Amino acid sequence: MTDLTRLTLKAALDGLKARDFSSEEITKAFVANIDAANPRLNAYVVQTTDKALDMARASDARLAKGEGGALEGAPLGIKDLFCTDGVQTTAGSNMLRGFVPPYESTVTSNLWADGAVMLGKLNMDEFAMGSSNETSAFGPVVNPWKSSASNADLTPGGSSGGSASAVAGDLCLAATASDTGGSIRQPAAFTGTVGVKPTYGRASRFGMVAFASSLDQAGPIARTVEDAAILLRSMCSFDPKDSTSLDVETPDWTASLGKGVKGLRIGVPKEYVVDGMPAEIQALWDQGVEWLKAAGAEIVEISLPHTKYALPAYYIIAPAEASSNLARYDGMRFGHRAEKAASLADLYETSRAEGFGKEVQRRLTIGAYVLSAGFYDAYYVRALKVRRRIAMDFDAVWDKVDAILTPSTPSAAFALGDKQIDPLQMYLNDIFTVTANLAGLPGISVPAGLDKGGLPLGLQVIGKALDEATVFQVADVLEQSAGFTARPEKWW
Amino acid sequence: MTDNTKTIQGRTGPWELVMGLEIHAQVASRAKLFSGAAVGFGAGPNEQVSLVDAGFPGMLPVLNKFCVEQAVRTGLGLNAKINNRSQFDRKNYFYPDLPTGYQISQLFYPIVGEGVVEVEAEDGSFFNVGIERLHLEQDAGKLIHDLSPTESYVDLNRAGTALMEIVSRPDIRSPEEAVAYVKKIRTILIYLGTCDGDMEKGNLRADVNVSVCHPGQYEKFKATGDFSHLGTRCEIKNVNSFRFISQAINYEARRQIEILEDGGKVDQETRLYDPTAGETRSMRSKEEAMDYRYFPDPDLLPLELEQAWIDGIKASLPELPDDKRRRLMADYGLSQYDAVVLISEQAKADYFEAAAQGNGTGRRDAKLVANWVTNELSARLAADGKDFSECPLPAAHVAELVELIENGTISSKIAKEVFDHVWSGEGSPSEVVEKHGLKQVTDTGAIEKAVDEIIAANPDKAAAVAEKPQAIGWFVGQVMKATGGKANPAAVNDILKAKLGL
Repeated sequence: MTDLTRLTLKAALDGLKARDFSSEEITKAFVANIDAANPRLNAYVVQTTDKALDMARASDARLAKGEGGALEGAPLGIKDLFCTDGVQTTAGSNMLRGFVPPYESTVTSNLWADGAVMLGKLNMDEFAMGSSNETSAFGPVVNPWKSSASNADLTPGGSSGGSASAVAGDLCLAATASDTGGSIRQPAAFTGTVGVKPTYGRASRFGMVAFASSLDQAGPIARTVEDAAILLRSMCSFDPKDSTSLDVETPDWTASLGKGVKGLRIGVPKEYVVDGMPAEIQALWDQGVEWLKAAGAEIVEISLPHTKYALPAYYIIAPAEASSNLARYDGMRFGHRAEKAASLADLYETSRAEGFGKEVQRRLTIGAYVLSAGFYDAYYVRALKVRRRIAMDFDAVWDKVDAILTPSTPSAAFALGDKQIDPLQMYLNDIFTVTANLAGLPGISVPAGLDKGGLPLGLQVIGKALDEATVFQVADVLEQSAGFTARPEKWW
Repeated sequence: MTDNTKTIQGRTGPWELVMGLEIHAQVASRAKLFSGAAVGFGAGPNEQVSLVDAGFPGMLPVLNKFCVEQAVRTGLGLNAKINNRSQFDRKNYFYPDLPTGYQISQLFYPIVGEGVVEVEAEDGSFFNVGIERLHLEQDAGKLIHDLSPTESYVDLNRAGTALMEIVSRPDIRSPEEAVAYVKKIRTILIYLGTCDGDMEKGNLRADVNVSVCHPGQYEKFKATGDFSHLGTRCEIKNVNSFRFISQAINYEARRQIEILEDGGKVDQETRLYDPTAGETRSMRSKEEAMDYRYFPDPDLLPLELEQAWIDGIKASLPELPDDKRRRLMADYGLSQYDAVVLISEQAKADYFEAAAQGNGTGRRDAKLVANWVTNELSARLAADGKDFSECPLPAAHVAELVELIENGTISSKIAKEVFDHVWSGEGSPSEVVEKHGLKQVTDTGAIEKAVDEIIAANPDKAAAVAEKPQAIGWFVGQVMKATGGKANPAAVNDILKAKLGL
């Protein structure tokens, strides 16, 4: 019998519909995998096995009647950033340890309405602040992949490290994730999975623990481009409870697949060639260009001149919003509260010092600083101007190209502990992904090759606002051309 | 310098006051500004709180369009510019009554810009107060400290309720002007239906900025716009009655003058008025002033208002107090004083108009109607703690009463008695007159008879009248007494004069 946990989401949905196997069977198979792997991979912070089995049986009942939604019976992992009714939601923070929301996020509500099964909550960097999953209060997630050069545990990337690791390690069919500066695409690239950040406003932020409101966007991590297209469609919806939600139709993006790229114009931005970029990243990028050219696309060199300012602007805007968004964690109504406090100010300070980890504290401090009197104009207002410039850079090329091709990350997965000591080194992970967040554009990371250590590398496709269709179309061709079939060897 | 400018005599010379007010008015709305939670007074603690108001993770604000409409309506009522594009900003600070750690307000781009309000001073003159801006913001919750010696409690019912902050220019020059200005704003808001104006419940409260300067400095400020001509200001927070506004200003001005005359410097600071002690106390100094780290709220899009929508609201505005005052004076020939008294309460003005229209027998004497409405009726209502919207007496009764006076059926004096009966629910004025036989006696025969009897009984007094014609008053009184006050005074006079040979 085939290993159900290695199926693509698409194959599993087909199998469930055809009653080749039941949702209960595939759910149990994943539960067994999680039980075995989680002590090593640490991808799940909460397992909701009983709930999963109840949901699976309910799905089986619907499937037996020939009913069921777009994700009927499919076991998924949920990033712990999404509030789940009655299930602990912590955003990877001690501050929220034990917090059980009495409400459900819109994204997860959509998934349950489509018949998905929840296996549990996935580990992540604390409040989604991190690129290696090492800031999680629940310990780092470990990448299922290992380099041939070393036996060291590798990072799955961040902040959606739990999601990426779970998908790559066969601990769910696919997972929800979120992306503020690259938190879907970078972990996807590090784990040989597909990650999509849709256009800002496609997926509701209601019930998603906020990091930086103007940048946060939910999206899927999955095994194939098709799987990502299926899951993204279920996640997205117009939501009146989120004022930044876009009132637009959610198309069926699987319709983009198999169309090819003949006649499409693909932009290659010269500014994305960065100092110190490993030769194999450049080689992968060149390879991607060749694949698309071979498939009939026209390659256009473009310029996005303000790219170099994107990272500094991001590291002003995101912490600024975070410093305000995270002010509600004050020990008063929910979450961690210091035991002893001499005064109100002491209670705030101690609760927050105890509840937040170092990286979150660092970003909250930066955020408060850039918004403070006398610095607001010099930092925050200027960062917003840069952000507008970056959006204008993209606007200026859309009459010349239909999509843009770049590497997803400047390197393959690195060892846990490698960059912890140098936050700036860590922040560079976002260099290729952060522009899409600043401009609100859709982006996808597709596994496209391996580095010399046998670790996966990803290519990124960025598209016009609301034009995920073209992004999927290009990603599909990259996926076909790359023929990426490598899998991590099971060592856990 | 207007006539209303208050001068305070110090030891070193005269000082003048300069004030600007920030009025916080709770928007009349059934739901809060950014959550669907109900707004209401008297609910149990934390019974009107949504997850949004309590700042739970992942909760997002959604703007209540009705509150926006109310703010626009208010802006139009203040003759102010409505900004087609405004924006919500976060004001960040930590306090247990502020669940999200920030208040959503409008610092950079308020919904309403500059306007002007015409205010009546006590002496009947008018002065203008410039409106700098009006913005929408959330109210905070409430801390309760007196339930336990060791703990404080938080009630979030008020958290997230919509407030309008109306910021005036420093155009106010005396405590009386400050009170008159707040009264005027309150009247306008009540006319518009955008705030109930209930100061006891804290639904309308003011922050008062007070500074003092030497005569002549204010004029320099007005000419240049340069604030350095004015003194350093102190802000007195959250004053919630007319009396306290006046008291707080008086105290604060004297406090500042004393400091300056002693050679000191007024510190720019936030102060609280303590009505029990009758003094203002420092709350926090400029150095301690919080850095609110304002920035645009990324959870909310800029607020764009279509001109057609604004115009629609404008077209539906009720008649505002100033227009009503002018119209009452023009249409009914009322004095400014009467008109001002009538418009102070919308229902009072409406009541007046209904009565002045008469009961199908033509318009009544407006001055007479105004007198009855503003004196007798107002006093009765006040005694019962009611306002005109709760007036038990139909306006038709007042119209009828005045008609009876006008057509000579009753005298003004008897009218008071008739009013007493009507007020106590005995029926319409005609019914009361009928029932109690209060109709004025115009039958000259009956009056002559009474006159004859009184002259006959008092020959000495009759003789004295020839010497001293004013003494006729005594005879008038006697005749009225004899006729139970019902005799037509003019007829009594005529007959007495004839009989006494005057």
